Amino acid sequence: MSLPPTVANAAPGRGHLLRLAPGESVVTLDRHLALGGFSAVRKALVMGPQAVADEVRRANLRGRGGAGFPAGVKWGFLPKDSPKPRYLVINADEGEPGTFKDRYFLERDPFPMLEGMIVSAYAIGAKTAYLYVRGEFVKPIAMLERAVEQLHRGGYLGKSVLGSSFGLDIHVHPGAGAYVCGEESALLESLEGKPGRPRNKPPFPAVVGLFGCPTIINNVETMACVRLIADVGAERFVAMGLPKDGGPKIYGLSGHVKRPGLYEAPMGTPLRKLVYDFGGGTIDDRPIKGIIPGGSSTPVLGSEHLDVAMDFDSVKAAGSMLGTGAVTVFTEGTCAVRLLTRLAAFYAHESCGQCTPCRDGTGWMERVVSAIEEGRGRPGDCDLLLSIANQIMGNTICALGDAAAMPVIAFVERYRAEFEEHVARGGCPFEGGHGHGHGHGHEGGNP
Amino acid sequence: MAPAFSTEGEARLKKLLGRYPDRRAALIPVLHLASREFGFLSREVMEYVAGRLGLPEAYVLTTATFYTMLPKRPLGRFHVQVCVNVACHLRGADGIVEHLERRLGIGPGEMTEDRTFSLEGVQCLAACGTAPAMQVNDDYYEDLTLAKVDEILDALRSSAGGAA
Ligand SMILES: Cc1cc2nc3c(=O)[nH]c(=O)nc-3n(C[C@H](O)[C@H](O)[C@H](O)COP(=O)(O)O)c2cc1C
Ligand code: SF4
Ligand code: FES
Repeated sequence: MSLPPTVANAAPGRGHLLRLAPGESVVTLDRHLALGGFSAVRKALVMGPQAVADEVRRANLRGRGGAGFPAGVKWGFLPKDSPKPRYLVINADEGEPGTFKDRYFLERDPFPMLEGMIVSAYAIGAKTAYLYVRGEFVKPIAMLERAVEQLHRGGYLGKSVLGSSFGLDIHVHPGAGAYVCGEESALLESLEGKPGRPRNKPPFPAVVGLFGCPTIINNVETMACVRLIADVGAERFVAMGLPKDGGPKIYGLSGHVKRPGLYEAPMGTPLRKLVYDFGGGTIDDRPIKGIIPGGSSTPVLGSEHLDVAMDFDSVKAAGSMLGTGAVTVFTEGTCAVRLLTRLAAFYAHESCGQCTPCRDGTGWMERVVSAIEEGRGRPGDCDLLLSIANQIMGNTICALGDAAAMPVIAFVERYRAEFEEHVARGGCPFEGGHGHGHGHGHEGGNP
Repeated sequence: MAPAFSTEGEARLKKLLGRYPDRRAALIPVLHLASREFGFLSREVMEYVAGRLGLPEAYVLTTATFYTMLPKRPLGRFHVQVCVNVACHLRGADGIVEHLERRLGIGPGEMTEDRTFSLEGVQCLAACGTAPAMQVNDDYYEDLTLAKVDEILDALRSSAGGAA
């Protein structure tokens, strides 16, 4: 019943992260081998761990989990002289609203990610790796467990990877429905069987991570990129993207576009190309009202930003963030206040409650935004929202607080007149009140 | 009757314990197993899990209560979780929720009298490119329309054996 998302490789022959052929629903191990599978592991084993780590650093691979931290630099934070075991933990919690890219690997093409995990574990000296998968992915989790067993039987995992002296075990670990567990230190707590409450940092996980041991946490797509780097080399990987932000990127398109789905393209592809060439433009060609460029926490942009290049530095310079590269478009006729109620409710629900500004602030923002939408708003509510959000920003243990505050600030600033109008009229000015914006659930979607 | 894992459950437990250097780390996978085997995590089940893992009961309680996917109350035979977040909202999730409420005669957080269906509004399911989306037990349903929801509910009802 579950249908594959639109999956398209916009630059065939250059990037090859998305490999699903038309009509194919899963890339099996046999198919992976036919596509040159495990060449990256074989090359890495010849290069040696340090050379692999150097190659990843030279590739300027920025982590694909949202923050864009350079993977090679993160690996370099591991203490050189610790007697403790090292762990590799892969973040497959995919919870940032708007984001659905890692699910592609988990559900349809797991071997590039698993191969990237073998290469990464080898490079950082880990003998055990955990793949922390969001709990809702029940069937993908079962499939991933079978994939790992297949790799054991094939000699790709276990005491001796492909006959070498390097041994590795990969374990699949299910989450249990808490967005905050995508935050790396909360993820470690959760993996240890505890409530997913983010840790105070420092120490960073590279120094004190899983079970108190040095740990590297990377995203699923980051692993697929590591495989690519080991396979084609840093130079070619950089050439697939930008000099300081190498490689291809999987962009997600959702919302009011004609062809939502996943699209692979060079890092730095302009937003206009994503929305109009790949996405086919907006439904009924309506004018764009807002673009959330990288998952729900990234500040909303407008159509004046269509020429922004979608890479970490360019989107930042435009006042937002690339985040997960998950682009959500909405057109004129959408009530911005109502849209924000969804985000505000989400963050209020997901706050772990450890920090007062986040716990109380997210709940307060939700109440104020809902009141405005329901016609109970009061003059001064916009400034109240900005003031609550600004008190959260920078005052919390983890970045969930900022993630909750940023969209509120961006929505109030960009659509202030609309918020004020709700307050002045005592209700939603859009036709049909809460009923608007419906009715195109059957358009777009799958090819 | 005191809870006890099935034979397959015992095999799974053994496998799970082998994955971690620390028993507590097996807790969430074991709680998933327990909610599958016993339907939900009653106080009795949590005590049993604590005993099986040799962990203080308080550890089990604090962890179980933190996570929304570890059910602390009985759910319907079909637990319908419909996404209400941004991408689904933009593609008509509100209409899907209203339709489900009307068809099932229950609101979010409720269960039908015959215990066949329970309904929940949930956050992003990572199906935004195929929005609107919902999850029923282990299965995802995407690109939903009202007609599709009807088909799904009818199929589930008939698989439950009867017109509820
Ligand atoms: C609240 C919150 C949720 C997050 N959720 C995810 C997630 O679902 N997946 C992910 O890879 N990173 C997520 N991150 C980012 C991780 O903390 C971490 O930066 C990332 O996994 C590192 O991988 P990378 O360096 O390969 O990008 C989240 C961060 C925060 C603050
Ligand atoms: S910022 Fe929010 S989610 Fe993060 S630790 Fe503080 S209360 Fe928890
Ligand atoms: S917003 Fe509904 S699946 Fe992502």
